Amino acid sequence: MKIKFPKDGRFGEFGGKYIPETLVPAIEELEQNYLKYKNDPDFKKELNYYLTEYAGRPTPLYYAKNLTQKIGGAKIYLKREDLLHGGAHKINNTLGQALLAKRMGKTRIIAETGAGQHGVATAMACAALGLKAEVYMGYKDTIRQKLNVFRMNLLGCKVHAVKAGSQTLKDAINEAIRDWITNVEDTYYLLGSAVGPHPYPVMVRDFQAVIGEEIKQQIKAFGKETPDTVIACVGGGSNAIGTFYPLVDSKTEIIGVEAAGQGLKSGMHSATLSAGTKGVLHGMMTYLLQDSEGQIQETHSISAGLDYPGVGPEHSYFKDQKRVKYVSATDKEVIDAFLMLTRTEGIIPALESSHAIAEAIKLAKKRPKTDAIVVTLSGRGDKDVEVVQENVKNSK
Amino acid sequence: MSRIQNRFTELEKSGQKALVTYVMVGYPSHKDTLSAVRGLIEGGADIIELGFPFSDPLADGPVIQHASTISLEKGTKMAQFLNLVKQIRKESQIPLVLMTYTNILYSKGYQKFFKMAKEAGLDGLITPDMTVEESKEYLKAAKNAQLDTIFLVSPNTSKARLLQIVKQTTGFLYLVAVFGTTGVQNKIQNYTISALKETKKIAKGKVPVGIGFGISTPNDIKSYVKHGADAAIVGSALIKLIEKTPSNKIQKTVASFTRQLKSATK
Ligand SMILES: Cc1ncc(COP(=O)(O)O)c(C=O)c1O
Repeated sequence: MKIKFPKDGRFGEFGGKYIPETLVPAIEELEQNYLKYKNDPDFKKELNYYLTEYAGRPTPLYYAKNLTQKIGGAKIYLKREDLLHGGAHKINNTLGQALLAKRMGKTRIIAETGAGQHGVATAMACAALGLKAEVYMGYKDTIRQKLNVFRMNLLGCKVHAVKAGSQTLKDAINEAIRDWITNVEDTYYLLGSAVGPHPYPVMVRDFQAVIGEEIKQQIKAFGKETPDTVIACVGGGSNAIGTFYPLVDSKTEIIGVEAAGQGLKSGMHSATLSAGTKGVLHGMMTYLLQDSEGQIQETHSISAGLDYPGVGPEHSYFKDQKRVKYVSATDKEVIDAFLMLTRTEGIIPALESSHAIAEAIKLAKKRPKTDAIVVTLSGRGDKDVEVVQENVKNSK
Repeated sequence: MSRIQNRFTELEKSGQKALVTYVMVGYPSHKDTLSAVRGLIEGGADIIELGFPFSDPLADGPVIQHASTISLEKGTKMAQFLNLVKQIRKESQIPLVLMTYTNILYSKGYQKFFKMAKEAGLDGLITPDMTVEESKEYLKAAKNAQLDTIFLVSPNTSKARLLQIVKQTTGFLYLVAVFGTTGVQNKIQNYTISALKETKKIAKGKVPVGIGFGISTPNDIKSYVKHGADAAIVGSALIKLIEKTPSNKIQKTVASFTRQLKSATK
């Protein structure tokens, strides 16, 4: 079922490149360079150096004993991407792409960001490698994740607040693409999730696949050939596809968790795979949240990083192939999971990652104690404490 | 022969170039769009592009983005576009082209929608995020419905790719004048003139070449015509004009601006 590098950019019917003609040469240049460098020993060595010495890989696979005991079912293991430099899995991808951009001779980097984690990871990678970065961020997100705006500014990165549309991640991507069209000669677009036109979904997946590769190795120390189940949250789908891809051809049960917001029936959610229909956005054919006229709908999630009406095309493919099960968690379940992990393990998870924790809590109860459930903890929750505090206050 | 091809043939006979004009459906209101279209026809436009709003217009600059947003807030649906086309057809045989994004067309179903649009009186399609690579179903459906497929090319499009795109293009080829989104206004760039000459060379004898993005004055049009453009496309400048004109004056004001633009193509 694995598709290593689709020549036509398609995972089944999903993916492709639906882009303005001005971007075609840039996308072709990117594809050629990615193919040239991805197996280049020097490139791999340099990336590995930065992942290890700068970002802090490998990350631990931690047995969450207290949480497991509290729930009283299958054993829960946490893949600690929250311990990476910057506090999320995003740095795996930004280091890879920034090193590629440098080899391509690009001097100006642009990126979009939702929660601000990808923006911060871009700003860090660029500072470390001596590149200039500018980040587009929805205006609404600059308010609810203002800590990350400060961090980006401190890192020497210009943040553009986008006031168009829903003022969230999708609008930030639109604006980054417009910038790219305008400055196509010298600018590298460093996309933050496994979305967009080919080759981005494949390239971002490959840079994030280190998560799943490490899980495969590390689970052996706990007496398992492979995990019985892996769970990850799905926004655009990069931490999830990085977790899943190395395990796709194994027997492991694979579960992606989307944001159900205030409930799938409320219309206030961003559960694209659970409730969406096929369409074309941001250069790719994929599942989308849209109305009957093909207009993209506004989404909602308590976590800015999952607040997106599309999803990476490879996830759409795995859904239709029934290889991955996609479920969702509501804002309320997410807050509960956030608090439970914080109090039992002393680990403050990102709200995005708390979606995966919420599903693990539900599932572990139903599974035997001999089972191993691995949850990708995609990021840490420092950025979210304000939002959580407000929610806890309001629910009292 | 399609209405678009016909128009180019007629113009050639009379030694003129085509003036292609763009308005946004439902902006500032549905009534105003019809007034604007009447003004365009009265002023002598040769082809009319009807922009249909999309929530995420990533090839458009601020002016058309804003018009899309307002049109959607007013509840514009595809049914209104089809009605508008039918209404225009009662009054005129001017070639009509739909400009919108892939998802709008895909969500309606290419086959079904193109057939309906053709029956209403539409002549062609411009889809800025549709690349030739992804166009198999789109082309098949357009061919079945006998709609012209107007592809876009850019100053950085390679020669090999130009050839490939010209092959799939009918009606006219749309050269994007600048690196940028719609509405970007600049003085005419040297790279644009080179691209125009190169594109003309490759398209010659196959399809006419129109140029658009950032064209706002009769002088812009004259320069491009001098360098070989078969058509000049004006969009954001018209939207801006419509925006600041009271409803009851739209037809007259648009007609008078169109007349000035048209005179530059003669
Ligand atoms: C911690 C964390 N997890 C997950 C996501 C969602 O992105 P993806 O689905 O690409 O992993 C984000 C995005 O901002 C994030 O910050």
